[in-house]
Amino acid sequence: MPALAVQDLRKRYGAVEALKGVELTVDEGELVGLLGPNGAGKSTLVKIACGLVRASGGSATIAGAPAGSAAANRSLGYLAELFRFPDWLSADELLALHQRLSGSDGGARERGELLELVGLGEVPDRRVGAMSKGMQQRLGIAQAMIGAPKLLLLDEPTSALDPAGRRTVRRLLEQLRERGVAVLLNSHLLSEVELVCDRVAIIARGEVVAAGSPAELSQPGGVEIETGSGTRRFEHATREQVPQLVRELVAAGEDVYEVRVVRSTLEDTYLDLVGGR
Amino acid sequence: MRGAAIVAGFALRESLRRRVFIVVALLTVGFLALYGLGTWQIAKDADQIGGVDSGSGVETRTLAGATLLGLSMFATLFLGAILAVFVTLNAVRGDAERGLLQPLLVRPLPRATFLLGRFAAAASVCAAYVIVVFLASAVLTEVFVDWWPDRVVVPALELAAAIAVLCVLALAGSVVLSSTANGIAIFMLFGAGLTAGLLGQIGEALSSDTLERVSKIASWALPFEALYQTALQSITADTFGFTRLAIDLGPFGGAQTFGAALAPFALVYVAVVGAAALWAFRRRDL
Repeated sequence: MPALAVQDLRKRYGAVEALKGVELTVDEGELVGLLGPNGAGKSTLVKIACGLVRASGGSATIAGAPAGSAAANRSLGYLAELFRFPDWLSADELLALHQRLSGSDGGARERGELLELVGLGEVPDRRVGAMSKGMQQRLGIAQAMIGAPKLLLLDEPTSALDPAGRRTVRRLLEQLRERGVAVLLNSHLLSEVELVCDRVAIIARGEVVAAGSPAELSQPGGVEIETGSGTRRFEHATREQVPQLVRELVAAGEDVYEVRVVRSTLEDTYLDLVGGR
Repeated sequence: MRGAAIVAGFALRESLRRRVFIVVALLTVGFLALYGLGTWQIAKDADQIGGVDSGSGVETRTLAGATLLGLSMFATLFLGAILAVFVTLNAVRGDAERGLLQPLLVRPLPRATFLLGRFAAAASVCAAYVIVVFLASAVLTEVFVDWWPDRVVVPALELAAAIAVLCVLALAGSVVLSSTANGIAIFMLFGAGLTAGLLGQIGEALSSDTLERVSKIASWALPFEALYQTALQSITADTFGFTRLAIDLGPFGGAQTFGAALAPFALVYVAVVGAAALWAFRRRDL
């Protein structure tokens, strides 16, 4: 059973159709990146999965339960893009509140472990109001992990983090994958998504316009061969054609120094698909 | 129910941490001190207000005590209304706009449970508050004017019910209105209710059936006012004759009666407003 299954999901805000029949699946232990420009419908999709927004059509299920139901919410953890926690609560109190709401019996041990995991183990009593935005974002990730959810929905979880903080989150995501936790990561940071995600879905104008592994989405860009007379470019050639090309060049009397199989980056594919260039 | 208790506890803890209760307690002590000072000043004229006025047959001590306590009940309801508005002001839309609500509602916490918890927190605190202030005022009136109301428990409960009605209105308002708009709307409703009550007093004095009917309809539509009027009546429930007439002609006489149907009506009113708030909340995208 997939951790998240979205079928023909539609959402209309008045005249604006934010989602136009989105199909998406996140399997158990899978880390899926959701990419797309602002206003593409990424946050709407995540919010429907959390039960915060009502779908106009189609369906979304979390571990087999309809999105928004108590059973679905018991299986997920969520960090919103624009979130705030009460500034009068300490980090430990916030996690304790979410433990009570989610029915987690992890107690002080779970809270301590999660705070340690996100690098806040030293400041459990610090109030949210006295934390930097980055610290609050780390606390938000810890909050989302309360109750050992099967699916984590993270909407821009690293937007306020410095490079070290991003690396911490990357490691955290990899650990989660090892534990079998499914993650839907909504991010603008393509390099980050490319580094950690098993699969990527690119969403634009309310539709999934491409989906696959980062390698699949990085399209072939031909072959470049350094010869004694300069760089020769074979734009439509593939990796499998390299030996044949080299043989032909050598037979023609060229000296071959280096061969490069060119791939476009995920960023190139993304920009091609969403019309950014 | 467990979820509602968690939400209610969270809301109360927030009010405690933000020192809302300390501020309210200090202001209330100030109000009671002023009320005590006022009743003490009147008590200095004890000879004039004691006994029965030979010309009109009015028991002046009862008239003074009931009017002063009526004034205190008006102020108590007003202070309670302020408290009710401030503890529910942001409950839904305001907190959702600030991103505070979403992390809570993605937990297995039905929206009905959330609203119930917020209502329980607001109504229990505000009801306890008006009961305490009313009883303190009654004691001060007894100490300085030597007058004790004919009923104490019933008007205290009626004031508590009135404030619970205001709480549910403010909570429902918080679902559809922004914080500022909600605060304004609830105070305008509160003012409309009080105006309806005064209209009834004027109608009674002028023997105008039309004014009394308008006042009565408005008081049923905003039953916190009907409950307040009934509470005013209760403090002089055993007072009759010219003294009763004199009290009724004053601004705190509670001239109108609403009968035994008021309590069940108020209960149904709270349930209907709560259900409407839940319907709107369930349809709201967060």
